[in-house]
Amino acid sequence: MSEMPDSTHFKENAHAALQDAPLQNALRFVRGNFVEKRAAAAARLPEFEALRDSARDIKDHALAHLDLYLEAYEAKVVAAGGHVHYALTAKEGVDIVLKLCQERGAKAVTKGKSMIAEEMGLNAALEAAGIDPIETDLGEYIIQLRGETPSHIIAPAVHLSKEQVEADFRRVHRDLPDGRDLSRPELLLTEARGVLRDKFLSADIGVTGANFLIAETGTSIIVTNEGNGDLTQILPKVHIVLASLEKIVPTLEDAAQLLRVLARSATGQDMSVYTTLSTGPRRPGDPDGPEEYHVVLIDNGRSAMLGGDFEDMLRCIRCGACMNHCPVYQAIGGHAYGSVYPGPMGAVLTPSLTGIAKGGHLPNASTFCGRCEAVCPVRIPLPNMMRHWREREFERHLSPAAMRYGIGFWAFFAKRPTLYRLSTDLAMRALHLIGRARGRFRSLPFAGGWTRYRDLPAPQGATFQSQWRARSGAVN
Amino acid sequence: MADAAEPAKRAPIRVGLFVTCLVDLIRPSVGFAAVKLLEDAGCRVFVPSQTCCGQPAYNSGDRAAAKDIARQTIAAFEDCDYVVAPSGSCAGMLARHYPELFAGEPEVARKANAFAAKSFELVSFLVDVLKVTKVAARYEGEVTYHDSCSGLRELGVASQPRKLLGTVEGLHLVELTGADICCGFGGTFAVKYGEISDAIVAQKTANILASGAPTLLAGDLGCLMNMAGKLQRQGSAVSVRHVAEVLAGMTDEPAIGAPASAASGQGARP
Repeated sequence: MSEMPDSTHFKENAHAALQDAPLQNALRFVRGNFVEKRAAAAARLPEFEALRDSARDIKDHALAHLDLYLEAYEAKVVAAGGHVHYALTAKEGVDIVLKLCQERGAKAVTKGKSMIAEEMGLNAALEAAGIDPIETDLGEYIIQLRGETPSHIIAPAVHLSKEQVEADFRRVHRDLPDGRDLSRPELLLTEARGVLRDKFLSADIGVTGANFLIAETGTSIIVTNEGNGDLTQILPKVHIVLASLEKIVPTLEDAAQLLRVLARSATGQDMSVYTTLSTGPRRPGDPDGPEEYHVVLIDNGRSAMLGGDFEDMLRCIRCGACMNHCPVYQAIGGHAYGSVYPGPMGAVLTPSLTGIAKGGHLPNASTFCGRCEAVCPVRIPLPNMMRHWREREFERHLSPAAMRYGIGFWAFFAKRPTLYRLSTDLAMRALHLIGRARGRFRSLPFAGGWTRYRDLPAPQGATFQSQWRARSGAVN
Repeated sequence: MADAAEPAKRAPIRVGLFVTCLVDLIRPSVGFAAVKLLEDAGCRVFVPSQTCCGQPAYNSGDRAAAKDIARQTIAAFEDCDYVVAPSGSCAGMLARHYPELFAGEPEVARKANAFAAKSFELVSFLVDVLKVTKVAARYEGEVTYHDSCSGLRELGVASQPRKLLGTVEGLHLVELTGADICCGFGGTFAVKYGEISDAIVAQKTANILASGAPTLLAGDLGCLMNMAGKLQRQGSAVSVRHVAEVLAGMTDEPAIGAPASAASGQGARP
């Protein structure tokens, strides 16, 4: 993972992404498929907008009473025979998982798709401890073969073409016949299933994330489209659930409401193919299930977001709609962000996790077009929160000097209407004289950031305000 | 607000034109088109001394400068019944973000809220408040229309320009694929992240060219300058204009970025 892009080099990463032809080809899928399917799913459900309000309210309520619901949840998990571990940091979370693995002599750990595990850097830690982490979600499996991180929170390998995946499979699955047909996505899926089948059966521990944790029952819920989550959590002797604190919701009914907006917002499905609930270890008489059930609840910056400018971000249910609809994400893909979480939600969350000094580019790399907020199933005001980060950068003098001087220069005039009117009128008249023959500039000394990519229209001449005053005898 | 129902029969509504800094500096003809549309609808138009709405400072994190500029703008338009801007982005700043700027200061917040409540984007003001149903203008040929993001998503400007464009004689509106997707301008974004902005506007110009319309319209000069600048860099002859110019029938000035000799009432063929 060390060779993966870093968010401090966002511009360089974006430059590389824009030159990457296979990536650009793959991003068409995001631009087309995800957006159209979400729109169709929302249109099919008359109460979709009302459900979004309800989803927002459920999460707000849970966050406002998080302490109560966490305690209730823990009591129910324990009553069902499970164990709850609290981790203040990602590192503490990793240590808890490693200890559980080492105490049980685990050699192989199967994993369902989990973004919190990415945040923790769990795979690298397991490998360093001599334990084999096996990703079982097809997308995660593919990027693990490639030594990459997810480029999207629900479609981790969306940056790849099927040809690239085929080449990876031929490179890694050396014991399968060379002449086999891998030309279609379903053939790739079948091959991955075959390879993973043995690993599911031989794994010592299964690790999954959680989409929701239910306080009233102590249940964790995951949604998948491949069923890999079920096999990960049912077959090994030990099931470890990793979840950040804000995954808690009060009741099953609440989770059911959130599920109604989750898949529709994410992939345009009414429901994901598998919605799997797990409550504690196997009970006497159960035909299957793990012998031990552990939940690791990870804070890693969440509690510090409560009660502040970024609390609304904790409503996020990780559907990915914001990035699917983001013109910046659509242009450069997820890896260029250089953070675990890309796109608009990543631009807000990342500085909370890594600090604004490191993640500072991300909340700036937005046109504030507002499409993310317009599709967010829990109505997170993402542009406003990116702006809050920009304000913090500005207060701490972390924004680039050229930008600060530019804004300062502009604000100096903008705060002095008379000086502004007189000086801009002179400047525009001069620019008009220089540019009127062509009507535009191909380059201008102080506007290189603009004219490098596009022409700049020449001003029409005297400013509106000066013309208006001349016309009306300066009466108003 | 009560006079809105019968604008023509009472004392004229006093509309303060917030001309926006880009129109003021780059394309004053859009301001005069706005004045004509408002006057045709029975308003008395005032242009208080003004600069910028403060959005560049606000979006760059310089909240203090944004607040200074906002206070100054609110005071300048105190005597107006309405504040109207030929831009969804600037109107969004006045109508949505000024109240946020002063959220913790009840005294100023009251003024900011009252100011926000009387602030509108031009075309939606004509249709929604003044109940204008048609314009007296002629523009021959096909046009396509881009929905600028702030107007669309902060203020709900979508049907109003289409409704009025439908009454322009000779004009045929061809809908733009992805009309509601950002053009990549984003204010300072276009310069701070020029390469990404360029990739986004290239998607937009591809859709504009695919529409086959020789004229592109939108309601925000920032987006228009971005799209016109990219089209021209690509060698396209699509004419780019602010929607107010066409609605006011004031298209004698050359299109955005076009040379003086190309002045004509119509768009060139692409």
